[in-house]
Amino acid sequence: MIPAQPVRAPTIELEEVVKVYRMGNIQVHALRGVSFSVAEGEFLAIMGASGSGKSTLMNIIGCLDLPSSGRYLLDGVDVRMLNDNQLAAIRNRKIGFVFQSFNLIPRSTALHNVEMPLIYAGLTRNRRQRAMAALDAVGLADRAKHQPSELSGGQQQRVAVARALVTEPAILLADEPTGNLDSESSTEIMRLLVELNDDGRTIVLITHENDIAAFAKRVVRLKDGLILEDRVQERRVEVSA
Amino acid sequence: MKLVEALALAISGLSANRLRSALTMLGILIGVAAVIVLVAVGNGTSVQVQKQVQSLGANIITIFPSNQRVGGVSQGFGTGQTLTQADVDALNDKSQAPDIVTAIPIAQANGIMVYQSQNWFAQTSGSTPDFPQVRNYDFSAGAMFTTGDVNNSAKVVVIGQTVVDNLFSGDFNSAIGQSIKINRQSFRVVGTFASKGSSGLGNQDNVAVVPITAAWAYLSGGRGRNIGQIVVQATDASTVSAAQSEATQVLLNRHNIGDPSQADFTTQSQQDIQNTLGQITGILTLVLGAIAAISLVVGGIGIMNIMLVTVTERTREIGIRKAIGARRSDILLQFLIESMFLSGFGGILGIVVGAGLSTYLATIASRISTSFPPPVVSIPSVLLAFGVSVGIGLFFGIYPANRAAILKPIEALRYE
Repeated sequence: MIPAQPVRAPTIELEEVVKVYRMGNIQVHALRGVSFSVAEGEFLAIMGASGSGKSTLMNIIGCLDLPSSGRYLLDGVDVRMLNDNQLAAIRNRKIGFVFQSFNLIPRSTALHNVEMPLIYAGLTRNRRQRAMAALDAVGLADRAKHQPSELSGGQQQRVAVARALVTEPAILLADEPTGNLDSESSTEIMRLLVELNDDGRTIVLITHENDIAAFAKRVVRLKDGLILEDRVQERRVEVSA
Repeated sequence: MKLVEALALAISGLSANRLRSALTMLGILIGVAAVIVLVAVGNGTSVQVQKQVQSLGANIITIFPSNQRVGGVSQGFGTGQTLTQADVDALNDKSQAPDIVTAIPIAQANGIMVYQSQNWFAQTSGSTPDFPQVRNYDFSAGAMFTTGDVNNSAKVVVIGQTVVDNLFSGDFNSAIGQSIKINRQSFRVVGTFASKGSSGLGNQDNVAVVPITAAWAYLSGGRGRNIGQIVVQATDASTVSAAQSEATQVLLNRHNIGDPSQADFTTQSQQDIQNTLGQITGILTLVLGAIAAISLVVGGIGIMNIMLVTVTERTREIGIRKAIGARRSDILLQFLIESMFLSGFGGILGIVVGAGLSTYLATIASRISTSFPPPVVSIPSVLLAFGVSVGIGLFFGIYPANRAAILKPIEALRYE
């Protein structure tokens, strides 16, 4: 398995985060003041119906978007103080993304997709080996030369996980990672995430499915841009290695 | 991100849409090829004109009488009659003009030539035996008339190849000794000039030369001992300007003129002609190049167009790249390199096609038309065309690439 980063202080801290979108003349309050923090090594599931603000929250945590007001500290740094390049560097090194629709780059091999974050990190040495190791970790070493269109959904999502892990980020953000997968592939992906969490990696999972949230150790439930519930739970699904 | 990786990325992006990339490159290819071919045609014209000026005679200076003035009104170029045989003799005096090899007088007398049932119109000059040497003519048959012929106003003539073609069906040997009529006067052919080839400066083969005394006596229509111009040959190329000032001084002294600006004659060296014609052909080349450059700009707009389409099509991919850590500059570089690759590669192909077409045109130039100058590819125009095409990729690529670079990651990711 890929070794996790050494243990550090609480990674994610949100304080009264508000996000307002403007759609034409209408202001949409996606988040109305959300506060919580996530410590190193947690497995957090953010739940809510569509329109509850969970995707907006995920975008803010992933530094793809900035809060309208309130503070978001990532490793103690207020992301609103960072410029575009610094945000890109954070997305590259501190956060790994797994999307519902896989979001692999078409016409590029699995290996090249996994290698991509390392290219943007400016690495030149051992790049291919590291990408290969990440693919091996998700059990797809034999599919390295295949293009996304030649892989099944589950395989594509595993490539996406390998890509998210290749820079060894502290946080893995998964936005409905099983939304487009059959139940067997879903279980595979979730087992992979649990393993990564067991190795100490922080995982934030966005989902609206209870049986997927059941893999998490803590559930934050959102409704209309506010936190409805924040509770710690026992992992209710047993994962056999 | 390293340039090599950006280049690899660009190539894989372009090869995903091969036909589209090829058509876009075609626009630049045509532009670059057009610039190279048209500039080559302009250059070829310039080279040919220079050659023709040289073929008029090496290191020569032509002296014309100034415009005649009647009551302070200039009467037009060359209307004066201020040059005399004595001027020619003075210019041939080595003690006064050491850098002049020889000076010949020329009296123009255009006349209808008739041989048996054939007739032809040619420029007929009255001159002296040094005419072929000064004007760079060789003989295909016979020889020049002699000083004795000049002294005796002998009715002899030397004719050029075009005259031979039209009066003697091209057979110069048979022309020798024959009598032809010029303005109803019989002249005996003593020599024929070898062909100089055609020329944009008048056909130098359509000439006839008679002793100047004979021209005065039989062809001038009673205008007397008029000298239309004096042609002076300098010892070599480096002494042309010295010879020019010597000739000016000799004539100023002889005509008792103190102020050179009041001179009743003008001198023109071959260099002057070359400079003037060089300017004209230079402008011609520039105009041709500018016309071709328009197609290059159109090609550039084609690149911009296709890059905008590409950026829109790949909005989601841009979002993915940004999510996994691509900076603005990475995205900018990726699309800029794509557009520069299109234009640069199109430019290289354009150079190959343009240079090839120019070379091919040069080989078949004489078959198209005798007056079509063989194109000469100029290396600076090739380098310029390539540089400009890459520059066009940069210029027209910046806007689409920047549009890609400033896309917000979440909006790009949401794009369907």
